[in-house]
Amino acid sequence: MNTAEATTVAAPSFDVDRIRQDFPILARMIREHRLVYLDNAATTQKPQLVLDTLSHYYAAGNANIHRGVHMLSEEATAAYDRARGQVQHLLNARAAHEIVFTRNSTESINLVAQSYGRRNIGPGDEVLITHMEHHSNIVPWQLLCEQIGARLRVAPIDDSGTLQLDEFERLIGPRTRLVSVVHLSNSLGTINPVQQIVELAHARGVPVLIDGSQAAYHMPVDVQALDCDFYAFTGHKLYGPTGIGVLYGREVLLEQMPPYQGGGDMIRSVTFEKTTYADLPHKFEAGTPHIAGAIGLGAAVDYLLTVGFDGIGTHEADLLAYGTAALTEVKGLRLIGTAANKASILAFVMEGAHPHDVGTIVDTEGVAIRTGHHCTQPLMDRFGVPATARASVAMYNTREEIDALVRALEHVREMFPV
Amino acid sequence: MSDLRELYQEVILDHNKYPHNFGKLEGADYHADGFNPLCGDKLTIYMNLDDDTVTNVSFLGSGCAISKASASLMTDAVKGKTLAEARSLFDQFLTLVTDADAPVDDAMLGKLAVFAGVRDYPTRVKCASLAWHTLRAAFDNHHAVVTTE
Repeated sequence: MNTAEATTVAAPSFDVDRIRQDFPILARMIREHRLVYLDNAATTQKPQLVLDTLSHYYAAGNANIHRGVHMLSEEATAAYDRARGQVQHLLNARAAHEIVFTRNSTESINLVAQSYGRRNIGPGDEVLITHMEHHSNIVPWQLLCEQIGARLRVAPIDDSGTLQLDEFERLIGPRTRLVSVVHLSNSLGTINPVQQIVELAHARGVPVLIDGSQAAYHMPVDVQALDCDFYAFTGHKLYGPTGIGVLYGREVLLEQMPPYQGGGDMIRSVTFEKTTYADLPHKFEAGTPHIAGAIGLGAAVDYLLTVGFDGIGTHEADLLAYGTAALTEVKGLRLIGTAANKASILAFVMEGAHPHDVGTIVDTEGVAIRTGHHCTQPLMDRFGVPATARASVAMYNTREEIDALVRALEHVREMFPV
Repeated sequence: MSDLRELYQEVILDHNKYPHNFGKLEGADYHADGFNPLCGDKLTIYMNLDDDTVTNVSFLGSGCAISKASASLMTDAVKGKTLAEARSLFDQFLTLVTDADAPVDDAMLGKLAVFAGVRDYPTRVKCASLAWHTLRAAFDNHHAVVTTE
């Protein structure tokens, strides 16, 4: 199947006005205000190319993949395979079969915990994470540790939200069997030194999983250059559909891992006595996958790479710097997450105003931010706050939208004076 | 801003800033913990009963303006009431904050009527009702954590 005709994508030189035209939802009015969408760390909006690709697939190309001898099935299979190739290209993986489609990052991490973990981690062994992990990179390991009697170790961070690398290194011990770290913290914006982390872990023979949910749509990721063993991300934060995620795994590790789920599509042959499993990546894709989701994600990858990370990175860095300066001017506002190396995330608390009230008040101005613990409760405890308000930028945001947030925060200040 | 003033009434802002009955009630007969995992609101309700009359009640915790003011006004409202009266007030309060078509019975609700604005903000209902759910758990002497998720 051919993907839908490509709608306008941005020219090589980064033009945010052109980009905004590719995202129809940005024209929406919210409570008589133009939508100011600053909740991108929760999910990003979708460009017309992704919407058209999804619609075209269901309107003209829908069929189940694999084993179909009819034309539609052949087309759908080819489109699904092509999407895998697009993700391989995005991550610069050696082979397409190192890309496993999952539901989301959470499922990718659970897959590694239950398949790799149960095979390679035993009683008394350790899994090392950091204090800034999302619950999706904490709970799967807690479950595993409970099941096998292993121990979860947590590397500390400093008051700026920076990983204490020396402590991290010290915690890689003789029983450490896996390191699992977030690439870009969803609550702080901290970018972890993943290259160094991989080097430190590999020097001790410990494989590394990187949770790239937040990183993959802000910066280029090269799994070969990083030399990481697993890399997880989710489609819906990368301008793609919900319900589709990715696990990159080093071939030699994926080969030795047992299947995560059993069912159709993941087998070579089945008898009641003995089942043999399909080759990679199908061994890890039991049942009919989210075909449309994968194809839509492929379109999102195309869109992202056409715009280009150079332009995106420069633009988003400008927004972050501008936003940091602007928010600092708001009376009684304190930023949570001030690491030297950060991206996208402006999390804060305001004296005298609870984040939940902040969120409600700015919403009346059409400004969408997220408030709460952002699925990082241990991190909230670390900073001694029950919750934060979080604005997070993506490629289509503008300085004017940051200004709209700041104006709305002035209303918070009027309602809750300090 | 004008719509917001419907939600954040002056009475609510005052009780948020200067909550009544705030603090641990030493030697309380009953207590219960409430937790709203979505926004991190946490509170504990302490209560003394004489027969079935609430002789004293207090709360401790952190939360948004709506949840804190609700706890403050609730403790004022139920003090001196029988359990049956307090339960009935809870029912009235829930109707107030959830049912957009329900008439507001000022006589019955008293100051609690300031929470009528919450009905236009469905995501905030759990903030307004956390203290009440926790109070009911204290009545039932449940020591388990109550959530409004």
